[in-house]
Amino acid sequence: MPVQMPDINLVTMLPEILIAILGLVVLLKSAWGDENRGGKLVLMAIAGVAAAAAITLGSGNGSSFGGFFINDPFARAMKLLMFLATALVLFMSMAFMKRNKYDGGEYQVLTLMALLGGMIMASAGDFIVLYLGLELMSLSIYVLAAWNRDDVRSNEAGLKYFVLGSMASGFLLYGITLIYGTTGTTVFTGVATALGHGHVTSATVLGVVLVLAGLSFKVAAAPFHMWAPDVYEGAPTSVTAFMAVLPKVAAFAAIFRVLLIAFPSLHSHWNPLLQLVALFSLAVGAIAAIAQTNIKRMLAYSSIGHVGFILLGLTAHSGLGYQSVVAYLAIYIFTNVGAFAVILLLNREGVGDEVADYKGLAHKRPMVAFLMALFMFSMAGIPPLAGFMGKLYVFMAAIQSGMMALAIAGVLFSAIGAFYYLRIVKVMYFDQPAEGAFAMPLDLPARAILAVTGVIMLFWGLFPGSLLAWSAASIKVFL
Amino acid sequence: MLSLVTFLPLVGALVILLAIRSDGAARTTALGVSLLTFVISLGLLNGFDTSTARFQFLEEVEWLPEYGIAYRMGVDGISLPFVLLTTFLTPICLLASWESVQKRVREYLMAFLALESFVVGVFCALDFILFYVLWEAMLIPMFLIIGVWGGPNRVYAALKFFLYTLAGSVLMLVAILSLGYAGHTFSVPALMALPLSFSFQVWLFLGLFASFAVKVPMWPVHTWLPDAHVEAPTAGSVILAGILLKMGAYGFLRFSLPILPDASRFFIPLIFGLSLVAVVYTALVALMQKDLKKLVAYSSVSHMGFVTIGIFALNQQGLEGSLLQMINHGIVAGALFLAVGVIYDRMHTREIARFGGVAHVMPVYAVIFMIFTMASVGLPGTNSFVGEILILLGAFLANKAVAMVAATGLVFGAAYMLWMFKRVVFGPIGNDEVRAMKDLSAREVALFLPLLVLVFWIGFYPGPFLNLFHASVEHLLTQAAVVKTGAVTLAPF
Repeated sequence: MPVQMPDINLVTMLPEILIAILGLVVLLKSAWGDENRGGKLVLMAIAGVAAAAAITLGSGNGSSFGGFFINDPFARAMKLLMFLATALVLFMSMAFMKRNKYDGGEYQVLTLMALLGGMIMASAGDFIVLYLGLELMSLSIYVLAAWNRDDVRSNEAGLKYFVLGSMASGFLLYGITLIYGTTGTTVFTGVATALGHGHVTSATVLGVVLVLAGLSFKVAAAPFHMWAPDVYEGAPTSVTAFMAVLPKVAAFAAIFRVLLIAFPSLHSHWNPLLQLVALFSLAVGAIAAIAQTNIKRMLAYSSIGHVGFILLGLTAHSGLGYQSVVAYLAIYIFTNVGAFAVILLLNREGVGDEVADYKGLAHKRPMVAFLMALFMFSMAGIPPLAGFMGKLYVFMAAIQSGMMALAIAGVLFSAIGAFYYLRIVKVMYFDQPAEGAFAMPLDLPARAILAVTGVIMLFWGLFPGSLLAWSAASIKVFL
Repeated sequence: MLSLVTFLPLVGALVILLAIRSDGAARTTALGVSLLTFVISLGLLNGFDTSTARFQFLEEVEWLPEYGIAYRMGVDGISLPFVLLTTFLTPICLLASWESVQKRVREYLMAFLALESFVVGVFCALDFILFYVLWEAMLIPMFLIIGVWGGPNRVYAALKFFLYTLAGSVLMLVAILSLGYAGHTFSVPALMALPLSFSFQVWLFLGLFASFAVKVPMWPVHTWLPDAHVEAPTAGSVILAGILLKMGAYGFLRFSLPILPDASRFFIPLIFGLSLVAVVYTALVALMQKDLKKLVAYSSVSHMGFVTIGIFALNQQGLEGSLLQMINHGIVAGALFLAVGVIYDRMHTREIARFGGVAHVMPVYAVIFMIFTMASVGLPGTNSFVGEILILLGAFLANKAVAMVAATGLVFGAAYMLWMFKRVVFGPIGNDEVRAMKDLSAREVALFLPLLVLVFWIGFYPGPFLNLFHASVEHLLTQAAVVKTGAVTLAPF
């Protein structure tokens, strides 16, 4: 009997292989390297990520392991966003590590492994591969969240994230087994074919719901958001920045593929659910954030709100909707990285994470305050900033699909949400400064990141054409 | 040309940001830029053809072509006066804050110039998305002007102003997007020709109304205005009363009437009802105010009630009266806020009861203040008389009962203004603080002079002004009279 070999096509997963090797090399170097190697390792990791990005951009479509692993324009777009997020956050955390006198390489290794997990999720064509990617990403981030070993809150954050995350993984896995049980396959396209032939039972639907719940947990969509504020607050700020962006992109990539490739025939089952989750997230994001006094907690709720908008675009179930999701994610990454860069920078100068700590920032650091105001106005969706363009396209998609009630709910929640973004601006500009002046000059990474993200806010706000064309090209596979 | 007028102030703000360090140089630069903008905008007037209702000085650049969004600019007889009003009032505002604003001067000037850019852009935009972007962008500098340079309760006022306006605006955004999706373009002239179904028009009207009514402001969503006015610095109040309030009424004229004529006619009773409440009720509220600025603020609400009545009278007299009255109000309310600012700068209070006998120590000021008070009351010979008489004429032709109730607003208006004037300016000198006040400086006289000229010019010879918007108003009336109920609609409607 001839043994049939699966089509192993390693070229399609070259970027993943590169990142995996890079992670191992960084790990070894950190074990046997010289003194003061933290910074060097970061630069090495960033260079590796850049190389992986170049390879990804240059690669063509393909699949491997019988459709388990897919490289298509959508995967490439999502990976590109993840590379960007990772590189920016790594760059940003250089000063953070220097300040904490941390020289080892584990931080970089875990970051790279999380990235690798995210990349696998974006390329997954099969539930098992998806699960593997998800776990690799999540476990790395659990550890990162607990990074500050001597800080109780950081430990609590890591543990909380781990316990709740494992629950969510359990849901996901249970959903996958139900899908497998009713369709007999775990490959997305196979599932779609089986479901298309009418094998829809209540067990299948339960499976879909559980998979959706597991993934909703990863993007912190309400009502699966409870972990986010605590974990955001407790984790070291550079890690918070990382988990505010990378898992979101990865999980949305997975949601795209699962819903649109594996479950397209069950649209009438999952779409109302998704709309409900979107509405919940918008409400929680807008209302719960108002009461927050800690800026990281506030940004956690704000990210829940943003997830609501992204889901709104997704439920529009049209080319414009999917396109708006990708564009929104890209804008979201830059806005969040910028805001966290400011927080990190001020942390370094002894400014705490309470909103009140930002009193009178505009007097002491006019440029930093101005940029922070830019990020806040962008998150609130005020034109002419990038955040407005993201919301504009989401609403356009919602209206195009006749979801008038959701669109109106969305704009009203965005108006309510504007309040707490404005509060940051208010504190920075209207309140009198607290004692003490800043002595430390801005270091180069901080300058670079703030400059890039600030310019992007204005550029995409005024000339979003290229971003929109790029996002439209990336979602062609789902149309 | 329009882009130049629109973005020159923004360029000025950038120059101040990047190149200028000293407050004095920044002040001169800002004033110079705003004066230059005014001169260029006069060039617009020179090249403007008043015999046609077409949009002129058109500009169109692709922006997001796949959804029919473009950078479209153009003015007609309805928008040009507002552009000129903006470029005219901004230098006066900058001059008014020459001495009263002493902290963070550069930022103040940048915010003001950015504000001018966005407001001029709002009046020039012929693309609905562009309009919305500028309409919202304007909130940021105004928020900062109130919040950073305002009075004791400025934070509350700034947040209230921002959130009120934003809540209205986002509903407008839904309407704009629905309209643009139904019409496959966001070009305003193209949308005017779109045959929309009646029920769709009604919903769109309500969406736009949410935003415009807050901005006008119409009763009962006017409550942000007294707070914003009282807390804003003098120049902020002038811009707020003089220009920002006009944006809402301009929205009705530019979008609601021509794009949604059937719905506009359908909602006339609603608008008339709310406007009458504004005219009468807020006039009574103004009567009871102890704070000078609050009094002028409520009088603004009352006067804008007149304006919305004139607009929805939907006849030549009413519309032209409204347009003229908006210019008048921009001049007179602006001047009144400046007048309040003058004595506030000296005594640091706006409480009416603390003044009295100002005429004895500040005769020149008393005369100027009196002229603007009379202009606000609508004395014949002043500009407001012409506007109010036209509005009442128009209202009378449309609905006699409305005209009669509205006319009582004039009586109340005379009551609160004259009583206020008596208490502040006449009588024996109230206290030593009043005795110590100095009369107007040359700079302050220079502020009022151009406004005084306009008060009497429009009062005695309004022809050139009416001529400016005559053709456009005629065209607007034909647009608003069309029954264009048609097939274009959207799924849920």
